[in-house]
Amino acid sequence: MKMLKGGYMGNKNKMETRNLNLYYKGFQALINVSLPIKENTVTALIGPSGCGKSTFLRTLNRMNDVIDGTRIEGEVLLDNDSIYDVGVDPVVLRKKVGMVFQRPNPFPMSIYDNIAYGPRIHGHKKKDTLNEIVENSLRAAALWDEVKDRLHKSALGLSGGQQQRLVIARVLAVDPQVILMDEPASALDPISTAKLEDLIHQLKSNYTIVIVTHNMQQAARVSDFTGFFLNGEMIEYDVTNTIFTAPRIKRTEDYITGRFG
Amino acid sequence: MVRESFQEQLSKLRNDILQMGNLVENAIDMAAVALVNQDLELAEKVVMEDDNIDRLQMAIESMCLSLLALQQPMARDLRFISTALKINTDLERMGDYARNISKIVLKIGSEPLIKPLVDLPRMAELAQQMVRENLTAFVKQDRDLALQAAMHDREINKLYKNTFTELAELMARDASTIKQSIYLLFIARYLERIGDHATNLSEWIIYMITGERLELGDMSSVVR
Ligand SMILES: Nc1ncnc2c1ncn2[C@@H]1O[C@H](COP(=O)(O)OP(=O)(O)O)[C@@H](O)[C@H]1O
Ligand SMILES: [Mg+2]
Repeated sequence: MKMLKGGYMGNKNKMETRNLNLYYKGFQALINVSLPIKENTVTALIGPSGCGKSTFLRTLNRMNDVIDGTRIEGEVLLDNDSIYDVGVDPVVLRKKVGMVFQRPNPFPMSIYDNIAYGPRIHGHKKKDTLNEIVENSLRAAALWDEVKDRLHKSALGLSGGQQQRLVIARVLAVDPQVILMDEPASALDPISTAKLEDLIHQLKSNYTIVIVTHNMQQAARVSDFTGFFLNGEMIEYDVTNTIFTAPRIKRTEDYITGRFG
Repeated sequence: MVRESFQEQLSKLRNDILQMGNLVENAIDMAAVALVNQDLELAEKVVMEDDNIDRLQMAIESMCLSLLALQQPMARDLRFISTALKINTDLERMGDYARNISKIVLKIGSEPLIKPLVDLPRMAELAQQMVRENLTAFVKQDRDLALQAAMHDREINKLYKNTFTELAELMARDASTIKQSIYLLFIARYLERIGDHATNLSEWIIYMITGERLELGDMSSVVR
């Protein structure tokens, strides 16, 4: 078993949750979740619909704050500092911990302006700087070659797969450290999905990635670590290889072999 | 439902492996009986029936490959199918050795034996026991039994060394025994190899049950 261990065990915890509980009014959606998120790795969260994957992901950049009646207990750390401390500005936090959603959501503006939007808000005004950010972000999102001749056309004219990479470029443009992805490929065809998975693989050398996916083969392909959630609890967390070849816990095994869920 | 037919295919695979195991166990048994009784007809039968083993091996292999490609199994299903794929190959090789032994019987079966055969049939018996115990372990998910099966390989190896020494002495004493001695030595070697493949069965079956990769091979059989 030892020989199966991935080479990322020694990476430091970029983020970490400790005994995390989350309540939507009276309903407890997360129960005592403790999970490390290793720097420069991809962590996949799997589990049946409604088990709390998206809720958990949103706690990592305080996106739940905007949902009324949400209460949280326990700790969420970024570089060992609590992100729920009073001094933390959620807007600054979300710049460091960016998010990509299930459906690509480009703004109804040009490709260029989609990418420049965040940097402008954060105070970049100079044309040269913006040009550079736009190009670098599109390159990093493996989209540059496909759109460089139509940067000023509407982003809505892009294919679904291109839109999803555009959204990733938009996240990259504000120079994040962690990227959260909530079922980012679920609306994409197989070729766009493969491109997105390649991109995730490339991005992890510079960023830390957490991806929620209902596609277990995808989790197996892209991630270094996998956490299995069930009814708000994190049942098992391990090196992805171990989870998919020899998980320790029967409920994990039953789920990934399709025996329930 | 897709998953239901997947379960059906898995149980068909399990049955095919058991069938494969039975054929191989029989082949070893018949080869040993043919040797001791100098039964040429039985030896001929083993050689002929090896084709059935080869055919079943191909069928099992294709089934495993299509299950891997089409169902993309995970965890215990993945371990089960990869184990089937691996032990299928080991069983087929064991069948080949039984056939090789029988071919030798066809060559030496009409001449008087140079010595009473005790160790060789004992080795064959132990090999069969290893197959039988492993197949039971495979079906019952019994790790201890698979481990126990592997332990018999030690004794096979000991018998192999005995046979080696004994036949070497015989050849040195009496040159007229050399030809048959060499044939018997080959048979001993084949039985020893069968024991090694049977040890692989144990390793893979234990992997299937728990996910551990153990190295159970006994290196004491290497003649120095
Ligand atoms: N805004 C909300 N208000 C109340 N309950 C919610 C809210 N969002 C999610 N839930 C509930 O929390 C549980 C977890 O949901 P979610 O995190 O979306 O699961 P997943 O992403 O694993 O499908 C579900 O039972 C869901 O109904
Ligand atoms: Mg969700």
